[in-house]
Amino acid sequence: MGAAEAAGSALLTGVAGWLFVGFALLILGTAIAVVWSKNPVHSALFLLASFLLVACVFILEEAEFVGAVQILVYAGGIMVLFLFVIMLVHQRTAAGTPAFQHQWDIALLLLPVFLIPFLYILGTEKFTDIARNPDAFRAVAGRVIGNTEAVSWLMFRDYLLPFEVASVFLLVAMIGAVVLGKRSFEKVD
Amino acid sequence: MKVQATDWLLLSPELFLTAAGMILLASSVFVGKAKEELFGFLSVLMLGITGVLLVFVSTMPERAHGPILGGMFVVDNFALFFKFLVLLAMVLTVLASVRFVGEAPYPGGEYYALVVFSGVGMFFMASGSNLISIYVALELMALASYVLAGYFKGEIKSTEAALKYFILGAFSSAVLLYGLSLVYGLGGKMGLADLARLYTGTQRTNAIALGILMILAGLLFKIAAVPFHLWTPDVYEGSPTPVTAFFSVGPKVAAYAIFARIFYVAFPKFQADWGLIVALVAAATMIWGNLAALLQTNVKRMFAYSSIAHAGYALLGVLGFQTKFGMWGVLVYLLAYTLMNFGAFALIIFLEAKGYAAESVSDFDGLAKRNMPAAVVMLLFLLSLAGIPPTAGFIGKYYLFTAAMDAGYAWLAIIAVLASAVSLFYYFRIAAAMFFTDGVSAKIPVSYALTAAVIICAVGTLVIGVAPESVLDVLHRCVPSKY
Repeated sequence: MGAAEAAGSALLTGVAGWLFVGFALLILGTAIAVVWSKNPVHSALFLLASFLLVACVFILEEAEFVGAVQILVYAGGIMVLFLFVIMLVHQRTAAGTPAFQHQWDIALLLLPVFLIPFLYILGTEKFTDIARNPDAFRAVAGRVIGNTEAVSWLMFRDYLLPFEVASVFLLVAMIGAVVLGKRSFEKVD
Repeated sequence: MKVQATDWLLLSPELFLTAAGMILLASSVFVGKAKEELFGFLSVLMLGITGVLLVFVSTMPERAHGPILGGMFVVDNFALFFKFLVLLAMVLTVLASVRFVGEAPYPGGEYYALVVFSGVGMFFMASGSNLISIYVALELMALASYVLAGYFKGEIKSTEAALKYFILGAFSSAVLLYGLSLVYGLGGKMGLADLARLYTGTQRTNAIALGILMILAGLLFKIAAVPFHLWTPDVYEGSPTPVTAFFSVGPKVAAYAIFARIFYVAFPKFQADWGLIVALVAAATMIWGNLAALLQTNVKRMFAYSSIAHAGYALLGVLGFQTKFGMWGVLVYLLAYTLMNFGAFALIIFLEAKGYAAESVSDFDGLAKRNMPAAVVMLLFLLSLAGIPPTAGFIGKYYLFTAAMDAGYAWLAIIAVLASAVSLFYYFRIAAAMFFTDGVSAKIPVSYALTAAVIICAVGTLVIGVAPESVLDVLHRCVPSKY
């Protein structure tokens, strides 16, 4: 993808740059495979691969904390939930249905209409040269500590408010899941 | 970033509202289905206290110091206006829900808690001054809305509404988020004021324009403008009617708050890029919203298209944001729209008593004979929605159309006037059904809470229409400042 390559050339050079492009292509490939495969278990496994590859990109960019969280939360927690759902819902129900709905031909026509301008704009964009700062993800107020510390400083200080709003968000998600998932309301009382 | 003690006071309405949601949730353990109207009264009480806190915050001199908490949260008059408006929408929703939800076989506590949590999201949206805090707040509002749409889960239409709302909402959020990430990736800034300083007009590149375009598409989805409106009729039709009434005002108003703030504060210099797109979208929204409403027989679908058309009128004010009446007109119109649209929905809920559905226009047949006050009030709301003086809707439209003229979009103002004329036809179909047709003569049970909601809407619609000066003065002070 143009965006990925442009970002790669601006930020990463040499082996790291090629690794980035490789990971980016693999992420795209596995993400397409998630949609493409008819067996939900295969989809789930491709999703797992996609999550792990995204974690690889984070680690490549020296954002170790986000990479670790990506593996723990997405590849670990969320994938287990997906597998639970697949086991609970009868697996074969999805096998007979086509992978794409009838709009696929329109989508195929529209794809280049959107993709080509995107690639053109992001490919020709002159990204401002950011001076390479190896401690960018590790420094807090000029002192180099570590990536995890730097993230926590950001999260609990600069971005405290969105962080707290996100906690309310998770509470609402939990209430919503219980409200919609509970079997019968007639037996309340 | 240093957190001052006064920052917590400035946040007090949001903090209290969050606590209120949790109290409602916890109290549902003690209150059974039979005493469910207690939740309604408890919610109104809590919302009333939130209103008092908002009034208190509005008197704090610390508001003038600009965004707090590291530039995440701003309590200017603009934010306060939207908070009061959202609070009004929530109070009306709760009042309109008491009987409706009480009669349905679903628990009430979580319902009111979700309305309140959705409101928390809208409050934070109104005050968001950073792309991150705006986005997180938007998602909080949206998530609670998805659950509310599917709250009557025994009904297949409600579940369908929730699913459609969720999938299209998530998709539009993804588009919005991609736009935000482009804007951040190109400039390295998230604060709206920082973005305004960064993009003073000379550094326009295609990539930043692409980012802004995607933000625009995401936000137009949220306010349901054509061609991003396709989810609206199905969601409005399938959701429980008080929830539909809430959707038609609350989330729409909050989405307008962030729409206006992002484009007014952060990207005013890019108007050459987004101006024409917004103008074309506004034209398409007004034309298609009104024409499609003509063809509907289902009342909720008709009002869904009508609310799409109204979103198009308000876009005129966003377009003319540099003129005197632009932002002012948006505020006036959103206030008027909240009152008149909710009022109309409240009467649909009124008719939707046990064993009686207000599904089609013919369900309004002979309402004048059965309940004259209800028919007269409904007529008032319809006149206001059509923009006929002396009602609030006329004042709002007058300001918006003037703004479009002043901003050089005369062709758009002409389309708006013609579209309003078309809207007369379908509003008066309901009026004709009420006054000139005979219907069933069953008596409609009266709910005091719902009556209160209707009275609030009717008085507001009339007062703004007959004596607008004082309201307009207050609203003029709420036009956003470029802190």
